[in-house]
Amino acid sequence: MGPGKVQVENDYEIAIVGGGPAGLATGLYAARARRRTLLLEKGVIGGQISLTERVENYPGVQAIAGFDLVQTMLRQAESCGLVTHSKDVLGLEQVDALWRVKTNDGNYQAKAVITTSGADYNRLGVPGEERLTGRGVSYCATCDAPFFAGQEVAVVGGGDAALDEGMSAARHVAKVYLIHRRNELRAGRILQERAFADPKFEFVWNTVVIEVVGEEQVVGVRLRHLPSGKERMLAVSGVFVFVGHFPNTAYLRSLVKTDEGGHILVNEWMETEAPGLFAAGDARAHSARQVITAAGDGATAAIAAERYISSRFPVE
Amino acid sequence: MTMTKPKEVTDAQFEGEVLKAETPVLVDFWAPWCGPCRMVAPIVEELADEYGPKVKFVKVNTDEAFNTAASYGIRSIPTLIVFKGGKPVGQIIGFRPKSDLKRVIDQALAS
Repeated sequence: MGPGKVQVENDYEIAIVGGGPAGLATGLYAARARRRTLLLEKGVIGGQISLTERVENYPGVQAIAGFDLVQTMLRQAESCGLVTHSKDVLGLEQVDALWRVKTNDGNYQAKAVITTSGADYNRLGVPGEERLTGRGVSYCATCDAPFFAGQEVAVVGGGDAALDEGMSAARHVAKVYLIHRRNELRAGRILQERAFADPKFEFVWNTVVIEVVGEEQVVGVRLRHLPSGKERMLAVSGVFVFVGHFPNTAYLRSLVKTDEGGHILVNEWMETEAPGLFAAGDARAHSARQVITAAGDGATAAIAAERYISSRFPVE
Repeated sequence: MTMTKPKEVTDAQFEGEVLKAETPVLVDFWAPWCGPCRMVAPIVEELADEYGPKVKFVKVNTDEAFNTAASYGIRSIPTLIVFKGGKPVGQIIGFRPKSDLKRVIDQALAS
């Protein structure tokens, strides 16, 4: 900073973009390192995992609701001094040695920025899908399946999420039509075995959904069988979509290198090529996409950012 | 300012508390196992304080008051519905920040 060291109200040492487990772990470590740290989250603090009813694979925690796990992370970080604001980050800009973080409601300044903006689920991109979201179209069976008790639903996808959440839905619904565009599943072996054995599952192979049908609520889906091209209507009250994720990195892609899918390339210390800019969690490339790895990334990024600030901005 | 805890309304109470209310009513459809519902709850309490006597705020637990939830086509929670004169005039599905909720409530009040 220049002579006279004017203290700007929105001046921080570390800015964290995204408040899921990666961001919260970064926040905890950065706050404990006594760096003025701000976490910006536009939606639900906790990210994707806050929708999960039961997390059983976070080491050290036998079983916990996703929401409770991230709320604990938040309280822990806040008790060490982490500040959180509800803002949507629109872009980043380097100004001299500092970073300007531009949001929908004001700008911030920081010495280091850590991108922990995670990922969002892919949509099918078919007519009716957006209009009927929340009225039969859902991206979270653990959240919404109870509202389809005794009814028939479609689950679209062929990976772990589709089967795992499909079986979660099967506890409530009368029937699950598992619709997959190929003739074999990507999901892990154990999940496949359980799904094939589940009497409520009916598999619809080599098929895609081309339209979600309904006025006020979903009444069915139009399907196309890919090898033959034949189309038909399937009457269902709900459509649960699990067709992959994309990273929330659009706002800074011009500043960093990414892989084909848009995930940010980093080294083992979560450093990008831009000095003072780090990425951790689902937003970065080669992530194992687990809560524990996101938290691990976040701690690593905080340590690396701390080192960067100490060397780049030595105390006068 | 003390936080007003919105009243929990059952199937049996819904008509009297919501449909026949003298002021507009915001109904927060929620369930204990729903994470985003718990996130939106303190925001709803803040709004209850801010709107004061102009708008009544109540909560409906969809696990218990499932008839009410079904009659309004609740398929995803949290869902917030603004009722005026016994009819839904505004709706928000999913967690949204406070400014979005205020906008929907204000639009519904003006309608």
